[in-house]
Amino acid sequence: MRSPGLRALSIITVAAFCVSLSLVFFYAPIEAEEGFLQKIFYLHVPLAIITLGGFVIGGLMAIAHLRTRDQRWDLRSYVAIHMSLVFGVAVLVTGSIWARASWGHWWAWNEPTLVSFLIVFLLYACYQPLRFAIEDPERQARYASVFAIAAGAFVPLNFIAVRLSASYVHPRVLGSSSNLPGPMMLTFLVSLAAMALLFATLCSYELAAKRTRILLKARSRILGFQ
Amino acid sequence: MVLALLRKELLVELRTLESIPGMSLFAVTTFVVFHFALNQNTVSGQEAAGILWVTLLFAAMLGVNRLFVADADQGGFDGFLLAPVDRSALLLAKAIALLAYLLVLELVAVPAFGLLLLGPPLGQALPGLLAPLVLGDLGVAAIGTLIAAMAVRTRARDLLGPMLTLPLLVPVVIGCARATAPLLRAVGPGGVGGPPIDWLGTLALYDLVFGLIAYAVFDFLLED
Repeated sequence: MRSPGLRALSIITVAAFCVSLSLVFFYAPIEAEEGFLQKIFYLHVPLAIITLGGFVIGGLMAIAHLRTRDQRWDLRSYVAIHMSLVFGVAVLVTGSIWARASWGHWWAWNEPTLVSFLIVFLLYACYQPLRFAIEDPERQARYASVFAIAAGAFVPLNFIAVRLSASYVHPRVLGSSSNLPGPMMLTFLVSLAAMALLFATLCSYELAAKRTRILLKARSRILGFQ
Repeated sequence: MVLALLRKELLVELRTLESIPGMSLFAVTTFVVFHFALNQNTVSGQEAAGILWVTLLFAAMLGVNRLFVADADQGGFDGFLLAPVDRSALLLAKAIALLAYLLVLELVAVPAFGLLLLGPPLGQALPGLLAPLVLGDLGVAAIGTLIAAMAVRTRARDLLGPMLTLPLLVPVVIGCARATAPLLRAVGPGGVGGPPIDWLGTLALYDLVFGLIAYAVFDFLLED
């Protein structure tokens, strides 16, 4: 399928990643305590933010699907959640590497953000098993949307609950990103934008592929191929 | 309408005894399993709270899994959809029925826990235990009913029910276990205070939000 928008989006994404990676490695200062290792922050945190945002956006698209009964919204919701799951694996892997390198353990239960992320990830890992356990396509879309809405609301609630459970033991002053010095903040924001572009590009590719497949199926039915 | 549905629900359960005896027996057996798995005769404090809530949660899962099975297999959904009533009535009736099952389960499981595993006497903790138990049950009832209605019409319903319910109930477990732990601590004659109010507040808020979400989306599960 010809689509000039997709090509432009891909080129912009590649350019954004070139900029953000050069900022990460050549512009952002080396952090005093953690040293070079802290650079994984520019990968891990944007990934996590985009993943959680993707889950919530998937829930909003599911609301649009239930309201309008337009199957395209269900397709978008599916792609957003699917892509967020892929990003989620990367979040868990980079988070583990960071935890291992700076605290000495692959997993840290006293880090509420990591724990709540795992719970959210485990919940969304059931999205596809649920979806593909339903045969009727119309009901499949409807049930998947109901799940996406409930789970999308669960994302912030779960973060609050897990944060509360930890804050009685480990009081946290502020989020780690709110008091960054200027160059680090700039690098972080550019990385976040690049990651958001990557997410949008990959989603567009998957959407285009799914639409092409649906189109091909319809055409081959018209032509009488089976 | 809700009352009629609830009456039917409880009547079916009384006549078939499909859920409650199984849930209660499962809970008692789990306490025995915990005794051997932990190799301890008595537990207290956070450990006791954890064992109690894990057991109640898994026993509740049995009830959640069976909640809509008769409706899906024997045409209960079709009958209900033919009746000119609000579909939310079914959600409410099922949630109240599940709540009733859970309360009966706890009438058996909590004394059994006090008898079999709990170190400090159960009597001193019992008054404070009521609020976390009821709030926990409300959360399980709201989330359990929504997920049960969703999972029952899928191919892998016995698998999907618990897989979807457990992560959604993690905040409930956090709240309940934290609220219960101070009550089950071994203390002197001074006795224990009430459950921590902030955890009860968190639980109540979570129950409320998920109750509203279940109410908002339940209709979409019952369209065909």
